Amino acid sequence: MRAATDQIWGWLDAVPDPEIPVISVVDLGIVRDVRWEDDTLKVTVTPTYSGCPATSVIAMDIETALRDHGIDDIRIETSIAPAWTTDWLSEKGRAKLEEFGIAPPQPAGGPERCPRCASKAVEKVSQFGSTPCKAHWRCTDCLEPFDYFKCI
Amino acid sequence: MTRDEAFLQFLLRMGDNSLILGHRVSEWCGHAPVLEEDIALANTALDLIGQTQMWLGFAGEIDGGKSADDLAFLRDAWDFRNVLLVEVPNGDFGRTLMRQFLFDAWHSIMLGRLMKSSDERVAAIAAKASKEVTYHLERSGDTVVGLGDGTEESHARMQDALNYLWPYVGEMFASDDVDAEIAKAGIAPNPADLRAEYDELIGRVLTEATLIIPESRFAHKGGRDGWMHTEHLGHLLTQMQWLQRAYPGATW
Repeated sequence: MRAATDQIWGWLDAVPDPEIPVISVVDLGIVRDVRWEDDTLKVTVTPTYSGCPATSVIAMDIETALRDHGIDDIRIETSIAPAWTTDWLSEKGRAKLEEFGIAPPQPAGGPERCPRCASKAVEKVSQFGSTPCKAHWRCTDCLEPFDYFKCI
Repeated sequence: MTRDEAFLQFLLRMGDNSLILGHRVSEWCGHAPVLEEDIALANTALDLIGQTQMWLGFAGEIDGGKSADDLAFLRDAWDFRNVLLVEVPNGDFGRTLMRQFLFDAWHSIMLGRLMKSSDERVAAIAAKASKEVTYHLERSGDTVVGLGDGTEESHARMQDALNYLWPYVGEMFASDDVDAEIAKAGIAPNPADLRAEYDELIGRVLTEATLIIPESRFAHKGGRDGWMHTEHLGHLLTQMQWLQRAYPGATW
């Protein structure tokens, strides 16, 4: 019997992002479509950054999770258009990022506040950070450095 | 030249530019002046290699079902179609960032036009790459201004870098039969048509950086048509292709 796609979205929401395990691949907005084509489950995934090394791991993790739920016939397709944007991060994902210590993306191009002490006194250290999707900032009140999820 | 032949050359030019610059920039990994810059350069290189996979992946499909890896690791210097600018050695940190800026400026303008390409896949790759390159340009532009309008030492080094790299800028705007064919099909703009916008963009940043653009329009050429690369490309390939040369067909 084919599982309902709503159910499958729920399963995928339990697959953590390999680099930022507090959010799921669904929170990250990289799962674009889940549909049955006859007895094959087609999952469409889009990369965050074109060179992100986590992309192939993510595809493998998705496949493993679905197999654990008894789906054997899976096809994972990569789609680059429309290009991924941080607008696709879920509200739940944004809240979890901040709780984890990563400032969520803002259209203004910088973090709204320090994810640790909530101070607005923050400054950029570097436009890049520990992964392609992050930049390096610091709080000038609590003096802690933190990651900022770049807005693209 | 048929449209398909021209299209392949166009894709190789885009892919080889990202590949060779990506490799050059990755040479800084573990060697940059400060940790933040090391990370920034590695991330920039990573984006460029990711873009390479899209361009060369597409080129390989047209070129008899090759993979992006086949094209990257199994060709020799004369088959590469990158502009000479991206293969020149890194020099000091200032020269690396000046080269990055001069390339990023062209790259961002080119990708902006390619987003409207008549070829859907080219437009999709350009839209993806353009987001990353906009960010590269912001950083390389800021750094060029910071170092140019910095200390006496950093200013002198940036002016030296600009003087050294300037003769390599013109090739990005050279146009030949491939470009004419591709432009006719609406796939890509004729590079020569991007020059005015480029001059305006770099003029603004370099003025803010208190740097003087050399007057000469002399341009070294021969990379994008494969007529003659600099000797540096062969040395670069001995590093980049070492594994496949030493152990042909090795996989893991």
